[in-house]
Amino acid sequence: MEPLREITAVAAPLLRDNVDTDAIIPSREMKTVSKTGLADGLFAGWRYTAIGGREPDPSFVLNQADFSGARILLGGANFGCGSSREHAVWALHEYGIRAVIAPSFAPIFAANCIRNGLSPVRLPADAVAALAAHVAVDPRSRPITVDMLRCEVRAAAVDGAAALRFPFTFDAESRDMLLEGLDAIDLTLKHRADIEAFLIRDRSARPWIHLGRHNPDRST
Amino acid sequence: MAPRTLFDKIWDQHVVRELADGVALLAIDRVFLHERTGSVALKGLAAAGRPVLDPARVFCTMDHIVDTFPGRGDATRMPGGEAFILETRAAARAAGIRVFDVRDPQQGIVHVISPELGLALPGATIVCPDSHTCTQGALGALAWGIGSTEAEHALATGTLRVKRPRRLRISVEGRLAPGVTAKDLALFILARHGVAGGDGFVVEYAGSAVRALDMEARMTLCNMATEFSAMTGLIAPDEVTFDYLRGRPYAPQGVAFDAAVAAWRDLAGDADAVFDREIRIDAAEVPPMVTWGTSPQHAVGIDSAVPAAGSSGAAPEAHARALSYMGIEAGQALASLPITAAFIGSCTNSRLSDLRRAAAILRGRRVAPGVRAICVPGSMSVKRAAEAEGLDKVFTDAGFEWRESGCSMCFFAGGESFGPRERVVSSTNRNFESRQGPETRTHIASPETVAASALAGHIADPRRVARPEAA
Ligand code: SF4
Repeated sequence: MEPLREITAVAAPLLRDNVDTDAIIPSREMKTVSKTGLADGLFAGWRYTAIGGREPDPSFVLNQADFSGARILLGGANFGCGSSREHAVWALHEYGIRAVIAPSFAPIFAANCIRNGLSPVRLPADAVAALAAHVAVDPRSRPITVDMLRCEVRAAAVDGAAALRFPFTFDAESRDMLLEGLDAIDLTLKHRADIEAFLIRDRSARPWIHLGRHNPDRST
Repeated sequence: MAPRTLFDKIWDQHVVRELADGVALLAIDRVFLHERTGSVALKGLAAAGRPVLDPARVFCTMDHIVDTFPGRGDATRMPGGEAFILETRAAARAAGIRVFDVRDPQQGIVHVISPELGLALPGATIVCPDSHTCTQGALGALAWGIGSTEAEHALATGTLRVKRPRRLRISVEGRLAPGVTAKDLALFILARHGVAGGDGFVVEYAGSAVRALDMEARMTLCNMATEFSAMTGLIAPDEVTFDYLRGRPYAPQGVAFDAAVAAWRDLAGDADAVFDREIRIDAAEVPPMVTWGTSPQHAVGIDSAVPAAGSSGAAPEAHARALSYMGIEAGQALASLPITAAFIGSCTNSRLSDLRRAAAILRGRRVAPGVRAICVPGSMSVKRAAEAEGLDKVFTDAGFEWRESGCSMCFFAGGESFGPRERVVSSTNRNFESRQGPETRTHIASPETVAASALAGHIADPRRVARPEAA
C-alpha cells in the first residue's frame, strides 16, 4: 500500500449527511469479483443522468470542471454508512480520492479506508463547512492540505482570505498504517507465536469453539 | 477484578496481544463469507499466496446474488451474477471451506443460518464482510461487520486488530404493547437517537422488555445496530439462548453442551459494571413504527403524519430531498399512503416466527389488487418448517409469491427490482435511495405491518386488522 503522508489537492464538497455505500458505489456497478474497475461506477446514481448510463449529470459536483482532479472529499455526518462493501473505498481510491473530511464516519467504512491508503479525517461540522466555504470561491486556486504527520487540515491564505488550520485526532495504529503504507497482515503475522499460544490455551478453555471433535462436516 | 460488562468479558477472553493505543489483536472464532463480498476476500488471499489459517471455522453461503425463484440454479437475474457464484464456490472449495451452496438444504441468508445451525455461540467472536453481522450478537456473541481486506486478515491470521469501543447500554423496561415488535423497537431507537447515535460504541440491549423477547426477536433487534452506527449490538445469553441452541448441528452436544452452558452463564455482565453511556426506554411508549424517508432514522409511529421540516431532526435540505424522493408531503397521514408492493424477508425479519405472525394476519384474506407481494424465507430450513405448518399456502392463497431463500430484493443486486417510484412496504432494514431498485420507494416496518398493508393496499396498522379467530 502506498504511504499517505501529506496531500494537497482540490477538495470537492458533498456535504449531505448519511452518504451510504450504496450511493458511493451501487451494487449493480460491482460487476465482477474484483477490487478494480470500479471508478466508473463511483456515485453512479448521482453522477450520470440515467441508471446504468454514462452521460454525466452536470449538476453533480465531480462532473464540474472546477472540481476535476479532486483528491479530497468534504462530506457530511455518518459518511459511508450502510453496506460494508469495501468496493466503496476501492472506487473512491481508484477515482483518485485520498482523503474524506467529515464530522463522522460509519465504522466499517473508516476501517476500510485505513486498509486502502485513504484517510478518513474527522472534523467538526463547522470546520468542514468553513473549508467548503473557503473552497467554493475558487476550488482550483484554493486547494486543501491534509497533513497526516502533523494531524492537521490546512488551507493557505489567498486573495485576502485568511489561512485555515484545523487539527484532528487519529488513533496511532491507523495513522502509522497510513503513514508507512503498512500491510496489516504482515504486521500481525509477526505475532504468530502469540496466536499459536492463544489457540493452545483456548482449545482447552473453550473446546466447543474449535469444531474438532464435534464437526458435522468432518465426522465420518 | 473490576466489575465487567458482557462485552468486556468477551473482549478480555479474546485478547491475543495488546497493541498500541487501545488496539488489541483479538482472536476471531468464526468467519462467514458470501458471494457478494467474501468472494473478493478469498481471491485476494489466494493472489497473495496466503493460506486460510483454520478453514474448519470459516463458512460460506450463497445468499446475496443467488436467485430466489423456484427451481433456481447458478444462473441469476443479476447480469454477471453467476460468475460471483462460480468463483466463490471454486475459491471456497480450494481453501477447504464449508459452503452452504445454492442447492444445499441448509442454504440461507448468512445471519439467519449461522444461529440456526448453532455456528453462532455465546461469547464467540464472529465476523463477516457484511454489515448486518451484528444480528448474531443476539446470542451473546461479539459479532460485527468488516470489509473484505479485514476478512482476508481474519482468514489468514485467525485474528483482527481492533480498537476497543466504548460501551453503551440500552435498557428497555416494561412490556411492549400487543402488536408491537422488536422491529418497531429498533426503529424507535433510531428515530429517537439518530443513525449516528451508536457511533464509537458497542451496544448491549438489556432490561425486562429485551429479556422477554424470544431468540428470533432478539436477532431482529440486534440486526439494526449497524443502522445505529454501532460497532455491534449484543444481548446477554440466558435460558432463552441456551434452549434455542440445544441440539443445533454445530453447537456442542450432550455433556459438552452442559459444560459450555456452565461457561456461558458467567458471561452476563456483573451487576455493578459501568457503561460509558446509558439510554433508557419505556417499552410501553413504543408504537408500531414505519419509515417515511430515506434513512432508517426517518421513522414515526404508524398513526403519525409525515413530519414537517425541522421536526424530523433531519437538516432542511436532507428533509426536502427525502420527501421528494419518496413522493410524499409533510403532513400527509402515513397510514393512508397507497402501496404497490409488499416484501417480507431479509436477515431482519424472515425467520419462522416472523412468517407465522405475518401469516396470522393474512390467513383467509387476499392482497389488495395492484399490490405485488413477495415472501422470501431467510433460509431453506425456515422454508421447510413454514411449509410443514402450511404457511406457504397461507401466503400463496393470499396472493404472495413464495420464494427460495436468500437476500432477494432486500437490496438491488442489478437484476430484479420493484421498479422506479414503486412504493414498497418492506420488512427489511434499509430505506436508502435506490436500495431496493433504482428510484424505488421503501417504507420499512414489521412483518405484521407489511402483511396488513398488503391487504389494505396502503400503509396500514396491523392492530386494526381484526384477527379471524377474534372476529
Ligand atoms: S438480507 Fe439484506 S441486509 Fe441482510 S445480509 Fe442480505 S442484503 Fe444484507
